[in-house]
Amino acid sequence: MFFNSLPTNFAALEVGQHLYWQIGNIRLHGQVFLTSWILLGALLVFISLGTKKMENDPKGLQNLLEFLWDYIRDLARTQIGEKVYRDWMPFIGTLFLFVFVSNWGGALIPWRLIKLPSGELGAPTADINTTIALALLVSLSYFYAGLSNKGWRYFEYYVHPTPIMLPFKILEDFTKPLSLSFRLFGNILADELVVGVLVFLVPLVLPIPVMFLGLFTSAIQALIFATLAAYYIGEAVEEHH
Amino acid sequence: MLAFDFFGATEGGLFDINATLPLMAIQVVALTYILNSLFFKPVGNVVEKREKFVSNNIMDAKNKLSEVEKLEADLLSQLQNARSEAQKIVSEAENESDKLYKEALELANNEANASKEKARLEIENQTSSAREQLFKQADDLSELIVNRLILEK
Repeated sequence: MFFNSLPTNFAALEVGQHLYWQIGNIRLHGQVFLTSWILLGALLVFISLGTKKMENDPKGLQNLLEFLWDYIRDLARTQIGEKVYRDWMPFIGTLFLFVFVSNWGGALIPWRLIKLPSGELGAPTADINTTIALALLVSLSYFYAGLSNKGWRYFEYYVHPTPIMLPFKILEDFTKPLSLSFRLFGNILADELVVGVLVFLVPLVLPIPVMFLGLFTSAIQALIFATLAAYYIGEAVEEHH
Repeated sequence: MLAFDFFGATEGGLFDINATLPLMAIQVVALTYILNSLFFKPVGNVVEKREKFVSNNIMDAKNKLSEVEKLEADLLSQLQNARSEAQKIVSEAENESDKLYKEALELANNEANASKEKARLEIENQTSSAREQLFKQADDLSELIVNRLILEK
């Protein structure tokens, strides 16, 4: 077959190669954890620097962090609603920051300069495990939000407005995490692959617009992920009349 | 199996799901708690404190403005009262002076009439006394003439 005739690491890309860590019986993708620790460490350092000395007249980093906070609050408030958005704002914000930092870190930092024995460093969100983990957390969150806010009445949502909707609504509980995880995974991986292939074929100039496009998609994907997560939670806590 | 061969399914591959998934989920949950205490809570406190401060100040300013407007209206009505009061006083004074003038005029007229009458009476008296004197003189003269005529005879 055509696909089989291609080498797995075409265009000097190592697709589907991982740096395995073996701990007892479990195997981990080491490169995902390495990059995520570096990026999250940078994020936490950035945030603790910005919140070290909080003033009433914000300056410098505090200004940026307050803008970010305001942005996340608006996102959570518009999707979840005035009543419970406060409880879910940290989760939505963390999803946004995690996905954003992962995507941009994967696109901006020249990880390829660091050689690993197997696999290569890159955006943590280009690994299916990460995106499925995030999507499942979103699923758990909206179930928890619905049940804790409305109790058993949450399941009225499945037969609202008519019982005919029941199979579709049940199906939705599976398609929501599936679409969330595969959208993010596909976009980020595709971006990395496109940039990698272009860099291999035409190392000069040509990859630059694609890299900018990649940065744009990365930011948009973070926003989409956080917005959809907030929307699902808002849908679960919404009161039907 | 074609796609999975391409992605290197058996060992690794793009869709190689393993313990990375739950560990990453735990990591994200931990990150949520860390970010909540490090970022969302402190920044939220500061921002909300400021929002409260600003809205309080706006309320204060609004209250003060309404107070100022009330005072302004008060002053305006006082001014209007004072103005009408002044008008009243002026018109009263005008009436008073008018009255006084009329009284004085009447008094003067009366006085003038009285003196005129007196003068007239005096003139009449004098005229009548003068007439009487004239009559007397005429009598005297006529008597004198008569006497002289008699004597000449």
